[in-house]
Amino acid sequence: MKKLINAPDAVVQDALRGMEAAHGDRLRVSYDPAFVVRVDAPVEGKVGLVSGGGSGHEPMHGGFVGPGMLDAACPGEVFTSPTPDQMEAATKAVNGGAGVLHIVKNYTGDVMNFDMAADLGRGEGIEVESVLTNDDVAVEDSLYTAGRRGVGVTVLLEKICGGAAEDRRSLADVAELGRRVNANGRSMGMALTPCITPASGDPSFELGDNEIEIGIGIHGEPGRFREETRSAAEVAERLAGPIVDDLPFNSGDRVLAFVNGMGGTPLIELYVMYGEVARLLGDRGIQIERNLIGNYITSLEMQGCSITLLRLDDEMIRYWDAPVDTPGLRWGV
Amino acid sequence: MPVNRDTVLDWMRRFAGEMAEHRAELVRLDTAIGDGDHGTNMDRGMRKALERLDSADQADAGAVLKTVAMALVSTVGGAAGPLYGTLFLQMGGALAGRDEVDLDGYVEAWRKGLQGVQTRGKAEPGDKTMVDALVPAVDAMERAPDLDTALKEAVDAAERGTRDTIPMVARKGRASYLGERSRGHQDPGATSTYYLYRSAAEALGG
Repeated sequence: MKKLINAPDAVVQDALRGMEAAHGDRLRVSYDPAFVVRVDAPVEGKVGLVSGGGSGHEPMHGGFVGPGMLDAACPGEVFTSPTPDQMEAATKAVNGGAGVLHIVKNYTGDVMNFDMAADLGRGEGIEVESVLTNDDVAVEDSLYTAGRRGVGVTVLLEKICGGAAEDRRSLADVAELGRRVNANGRSMGMALTPCITPASGDPSFELGDNEIEIGIGIHGEPGRFREETRSAAEVAERLAGPIVDDLPFNSGDRVLAFVNGMGGTPLIELYVMYGEVARLLGDRGIQIERNLIGNYITSLEMQGCSITLLRLDDEMIRYWDAPVDTPGLRWGV
Repeated sequence: MPVNRDTVLDWMRRFAGEMAEHRAELVRLDTAIGDGDHGTNMDRGMRKALERLDSADQADAGAVLKTVAMALVSTVGGAAGPLYGTLFLQMGGALAGRDEVDLDGYVEAWRKGLQGVQTRGKAEPGDKTMVDALVPAVDAMERAPDLDTALKEAVDAAERGTRDTIPMVARKGRASYLGERSRGHQDPGATSTYYLYRSAAEALGG
């Protein structure tokens, strides 16, 4: 294993120190319990947005803290959920009197820890609501599993809800909008190579030189199937096809198309993929209104990508376009 | 042995010892069907719990378990943190303010703990989780005539329940994404629960 780290168990804290050094003008970092928070938090009268999850998916979530997006993010150890004391402290730090929304990806640990944190927050007299993301269509039999995983839609939801909260919408409104975003978004990912967590030092799974895995999770959870390496056009079809069929997305729908890199894939390949997705959606009469291309929800150094489609309405477009000023996403400022 | 502050403290020390001793085994079991951190996380959590137990006087058995619960909740993460945290928090609540409890009081505490775990994790027996060790163990204790017998039978039941997870297909947690591929592996959460009973029998039995 070759990594730019000092020690495997210091990675998260060391990265937080880097975040603070780079963005200390707009972010404040708490180390124990660990969370990243807007420097001007709590913003009076604004719904506070808190997310969090295992580290290793940067820039999500800490890179999305700032005006127009999250108020705070709680990083866990690599691929391990953060703990309720972190979330409770973050919840208190962002409570501007209008309530706090927890944005939770559907993983067993994340759900349970946020659940406890919401109980603790309410115990302190703070109004807490939760929105769950579960957009990964690769998980087919969700009745008999922990359910669909939260992936790419999380980024879009954090931006759109962030815009609504900045617009001083109520906690109920922001939560409802978040649930609508999740209900209208679908994703699927694929891997060319596995990733290596600093703690284990070994690949999270084995993949042959000529093999790809379709439907991979962002922690290397197994996908729908493995097969021989394909062209970008064929891979795009294998990802976008099930996404389009699942919602389903229909001719005339307006969408946000998000091509996300897993961390180790060069941007040139993501643009090749985006070109294929655009062609494929065009053939089906689905209209791309907005797009996002880049590494936003990653899996350490994994090579591969995911595609997320979100069926848009006017309100979502308005808050997607609203100004955002975070380390990971920045426009309109 | 009676169930009181000192014996419950001893139980928690022994459980921490089991987690340190079986850390590698739990990592191996969790690597097969999960994310491979169960042993590391439980060992880290119980070491933190002992630190906190050593740094402050505990009023009673309930306070001991609450201290352990909060240490686990804040250091373990994943699913094991909230689940073991909830188990000990509920048990601690049932034992709080009492100098000593008899078998009925102890079983009552386990019943509360089990309910808490199932409410938090929404797992049923057969889902290939710690509940598969907990349910038969608590049932066995309820049928026993005295504390010593109850603990011995709980250990046997937890061990059987843990072994019974091997052919199960996981329906909860990260292992559930493996579907059929989770068959043939022993559940790491049930295994650590078996060690919890074994340490209880050593500390509170006899």
